[in-house]
Amino acid sequence: MHPIDTLLARHRFRAIELLPWLIAVAVYFVFGDYLPLGSQILIMILFALSLDLVLGYAGIVTLGHSAFFGVGAYAAGIYAAHVSGEPLSGLVLAACAAAVVGWLSGLVVLRTTGLTLLMLTLAVTALLAEAANKAGFITGGADGLQGMDIRPIFGLFRFDLFGRTAYLYCLAVLFLAWLFARRLVHSSFGRSLIGIRENTARMHAIGSPVRRRLLTIYTISAALAGVAGALLAQTTQFVGLTVLGFQRSGEIVIMLVFGGIGRLYGAFVGAGIYMIAQDQLAKLEPAFWYFWIGLLLVLLVMFARGGVLGLIDRILRR
Amino acid sequence: MRVSARSISAKAIMADGLALHDVSAGYGETVVLEGVSLGVAAGGTLAVLGRNGVGKTTLLATVLGHTTLHAGRIAFRGQPICRLRPFQRARLGIGYVPQEREIFPSLNVDENLSVAARAGTRWTRERVYELFPSLAVRRRNMGNQLSGGEQQMLAIGRALMGNPSLLLLDEPLEGLAPVIVDTLIAALHRLRQDEGLAIVLVEQHARLALEFAERAVVLDRGRVVYDGASRELLDDPNRLAALIGVG
Repeated sequence: MHPIDTLLARHRFRAIELLPWLIAVAVYFVFGDYLPLGSQILIMILFALSLDLVLGYAGIVTLGHSAFFGVGAYAAGIYAAHVSGEPLSGLVLAACAAAVVGWLSGLVVLRTTGLTLLMLTLAVTALLAEAANKAGFITGGADGLQGMDIRPIFGLFRFDLFGRTAYLYCLAVLFLAWLFARRLVHSSFGRSLIGIRENTARMHAIGSPVRRRLLTIYTISAALAGVAGALLAQTTQFVGLTVLGFQRSGEIVIMLVFGGIGRLYGAFVGAGIYMIAQDQLAKLEPAFWYFWIGLLLVLLVMFARGGVLGLIDRILRR
Repeated sequence: MRVSARSISAKAIMADGLALHDVSAGYGETVVLEGVSLGVAAGGTLAVLGRNGVGKTTLLATVLGHTTLHAGRIAFRGQPICRLRPFQRARLGIGYVPQEREIFPSLNVDENLSVAARAGTRWTRERVYELFPSLAVRRRNMGNQLSGGEQQMLAIGRALMGNPSLLLLDEPLEGLAPVIVDTLIAALHRLRQDEGLAIVLVEQHARLALEFAERAVVLDRGRVVYDGASRELLDDPNRLAALIGVG
């Protein structure tokens, strides 16, 4: 058994699981100037975590996860701009909106497999992006949604210019989502998702309602992606059409591949590496930074198919 | 040698466990089974024999709902199941142990059993470990770290966790050491006697299967060419050899 897999197979909390949270807290105190980037990373970790549930655990290969991220972002943004700037209710609304879209699209998408499923996930994203573009009266269209006024969290913690509140807010939401996801993947339901990923026919034969379970995890994952989108909307107070773009869907898959798919913590490692690399490379090579991301991806796929966590596994096993 | 469809149909209808009546099935347009009728009574045992490629695995796949049913009826516990989806058939009480075992490699033994568990049934992991004590000591091992015999025990245990009243086993003894074969046969006897499970055993080892099961069906090119008592075939090696090519 691989060392990291051994660690993850345990349901009890292990000391090393504190590491990402200790790093996140340390960043708050040590890298105060980078907190806006830190918030972006935390949001992308949550988004990647949501994708890992469907791609890594249930084996649903999707390139349309930005659909749910975008729905969450627009739901929270529109709510803040037109109804209330209260952030927590905005998060709940975003989760519900994304879950509904996830459930409805899942009813159709999950009837298929392979390339058809992949195309349908892309099609759902394209439909939503075009709908958001056309509904400019409420979404802001190509100009983006603005005019949000996010109120203090619990009426106490105001979003500040330095991004401190936003960072801690994102960290707290990510922590709760991680606790939930961790419990989910270690539950019988989570184990059955792995069974479905590894042998769908066998799961049918042992009486597992495969389609219902896939739809359930797809909906849960959509809700978490919606929360990530809502965090982006609330912390930047802007929602553009790019939240529903193919590029965002592709980037989040790349982040997960970087970290390691189906490992829960791959989202943390992959999103962290990708976002920091993007930030630093964009400074060094403003026009060609994506080339280096591509090269890194090629190297990882060629020599470390399990992502960075897979590479660490291999090193520890030697 | 070939038995009449009418006599088999009568037997099939009488079966209060699983009954197939004039079933033709296959994969897409390709028909593998033609006019197959057979029955297994509740608590009964049936050996399904035949050369390679005659449709034995397809027969089990058809009962499970994984093939295209072109004609005929399938009933289980008196209820038609042709329109039920595979997981619904499993929930009705049809357990299946596949030929390749198909253990989930990324799950440990405990988890392989848990994914098939259903609330409020008589089967628990501990009961499976009572049946196969050697599995208990490997309960934390991943599926891909087990020997062939342990995988087969786990595959049977996983099927039992679904609380079946009928167990379909596809060549469970293939490639196993004699001592493991003895263990498995003993466990199957126990399941039948203590739990009242009906068992359908598809097996290449004809003698083992015939000694285990009360009744036997021999398939040839997708058709039933023998349906009767196992003892008759055991007592008539020439007939057995003519039917399946072994003595």
